Amino acid sequence: MRFSSPLTKIILIFILAAFAGIISLPKNISFFGKNLVRPDLNLKLGSFSLERNFDLILGLDLAGGSHLVFEADTTNVPEQRRENSVSGVRDVIERRVNLFGIGEPSVQTASFEGKQRIIVELPGIKDPKDAIELIGKTAQLSFAEVVGEGEEQSLAPTDLTGADLSKADVTFDQTTGKPVVAIEFTDEGGKKFTALTEKNVGKPLPIILDDQLVSAPIVQEVITGGSAVISGEFTLEEAKNLAIQLNAGALPVPISLVEERTVGATLGAESVSKSVRAGLVGLLMVLAFMVLAYGGLGLVADVGLIIFGVLTLALYKLLPVTLTLPGIAGFLLSVGMAVDSNILIFERFKEERGKRPLADALEISFGRAWDSIRDANISTLLTAFVLANPFDWQFLHTSGPVRGFALTLALGIAISLFTGIVVSRNLLRVFVKEKKP
Amino acid sequence: MNWMKYRILYFAISATVIGAGIFGLVRWGLTFGVDFTGGASLEYKFEKSISTEAVQGKIEDKGVEVTSIQDISGGAYLIKLRSISQEERQGIKGVLEEASGGAVEELRFENVGPSIGPELIKKTFYALAIAAGGILIWVSLQFKSLKFGVSAVLATLHDSLVLIGGFALLGHFFGAEIDFLFVTAALTILSFSVHDTIVVYDRIRESQRRLGGNIFELSNKAITETMVRSLNNSFTIIFMLVALVLLGGTTIKWFAIALLIGTISGTYSSPFVAVPLLVTWEEIQKRLKRS
Repeated sequence: MRFSSPLTKIILIFILAAFAGIISLPKNISFFGKNLVRPDLNLKLGSFSLERNFDLILGLDLAGGSHLVFEADTTNVPEQRRENSVSGVRDVIERRVNLFGIGEPSVQTASFEGKQRIIVELPGIKDPKDAIELIGKTAQLSFAEVVGEGEEQSLAPTDLTGADLSKADVTFDQTTGKPVVAIEFTDEGGKKFTALTEKNVGKPLPIILDDQLVSAPIVQEVITGGSAVISGEFTLEEAKNLAIQLNAGALPVPISLVEERTVGATLGAESVSKSVRAGLVGLLMVLAFMVLAYGGLGLVADVGLIIFGVLTLALYKLLPVTLTLPGIAGFLLSVGMAVDSNILIFERFKEERGKRPLADALEISFGRAWDSIRDANISTLLTAFVLANPFDWQFLHTSGPVRGFALTLALGIAISLFTGIVVSRNLLRVFVKEKKP
Repeated sequence: MNWMKYRILYFAISATVIGAGIFGLVRWGLTFGVDFTGGASLEYKFEKSISTEAVQGKIEDKGVEVTSIQDISGGAYLIKLRSISQEERQGIKGVLEEASGGAVEELRFENVGPSIGPELIKKTFYALAIAAGGILIWVSLQFKSLKFGVSAVLATLHDSLVLIGGFALLGHFFGAEIDFLFVTAALTILSFSVHDTIVVYDRIRESQRRLGGNIFELSNKAITETMVRSLNNSFTIIFMLVALVLLGGTTIKWFAIALLIGTISGTYSSPFVAVPLLVTWEEIQKRLKRS
């Protein structure tokens, strides 16, 4: 048996499809009362180990979560330092979000026509209010001195700021039991603090956060330990947030929230189950239509379409593709389009069948139809490219859901070329040969 | 079959459909969603039932005007407001929980500032220009004629007009909104439309090489040969989209409808707009040469 014979190819394709089929199954399947668990990949070959779990990665609109867009106010920053300050904002936000304990957040910058944006994606978050407050606050901490006497008293800022801190923690006040934020200074900050307390014994030492007075403790004596306590009227949440903000550092420029999209987990789960149902119904209609229109040939196309389905799903899991609701639509659309190459070939086959022997007619149909299939699909790939914007061109859209759509559509077209041409062709070669006398 | 004989009829059908759409556009304009206008869109699910009037009243008591409120199903409402702050958002949820006497679940919350819309329009314009330009270059190169490229792009423009006009009407009568997904659909349709057109063109090119002859007859032959394929392929796409419209849920419904309109128009425009344009162009060119 030659390696390149159609039958061998078909066997190889089915083995590939079987693997893809296993990968594309959901994790747990109930089967006549038995609960089957799909195995995950866990390879160990000497020092080489490969572990992959084959679960679909769902986007914010399906799994639930928040998509936040902040705009940085860089009006007071000189032009050449703007980019720097925005990436500084990104780093600070990233640290804050990580300290807050949200799984797999994504923080990106984007600029369009001079506007500097920071896009924050927080999967699985139920109530984004706290997160928004945490991220959005500049958290510029500073210590001030009281200067002047009596009516003339005013606050004078010192050079001791949040930048001089090494650590901040939430603790509880020994006497009142209220949450406070304990801070530790860096070596240099500690020296500044010592000097400051020395100068102000018996006077208040106001602590200011973002131009607001948090507290103004009276300095009893010189403090040399390099640590202090901020005791405002904090709730536990506020104290926690402040500690995170102080640990992550202040934002170099102020930011404001310009866009928010939050999807609850229930709506996401509902969207998934509805799309799956719609997909199955559509798929059944397409399968039935192909058999009605093309008989036995249609059955071959149907086998190709099912192989297309499992290969695509497996690829989503392997790459992996983050699946969004428009992404599912893109997949369903590509299912509808996947049979196109088959239809083109079958229609051609109908024409050629009368003119020459069956096997020749088949090969000629595949050859002739290929030109149109290639040219037509390249134009679709072109549009998908513009929508997916893989190079992050700032003059085009960079929205996640739309990218998801473009990506699934493009993948669908690529795989459908394979199943439409390679799979159906070899299936038909085997099929037609069998029928020969 | 002599398809090209009835060119006037095809142009008349297209003109009627696009005309109706333009009438809608001029008369009512497009209904833009929060993506473009800025504003808030809230989807709340109520544990205890409450009337839309009560919801609207309670929100307006808070000093936020309700742009629209829609009963989605299963005790959930879709509420559209101006862009609101986090405090207003908390306040609205609180007052609704109090008024309905049960928990209120926030299924979805979108709040878009006013600066986003104009940017979106610009970016959409760039994306359309790049996609259409790319298609023009690709088709012109592939068929070694600018005529083919321009006719194909005009056919895609036809489909875009049908879609936009259609959404002006759907927006007025059924509340369909122009949002980010609509933009995605519009771009996808460009490629659909040209997909079919290329298949017909390809047949013209192939026959031209083998048989020669004038474009009028070649076009008739090509359309006859590709008609069944074109229809069958559209059916399979339409099946998937109809399933999505009917079963896919509210978030994606109008997106699927936009794609559906585009698919139908794209199937029509290849044999009945792109090819007739090509034939007409060729004839005018010949007549000009003769005179």
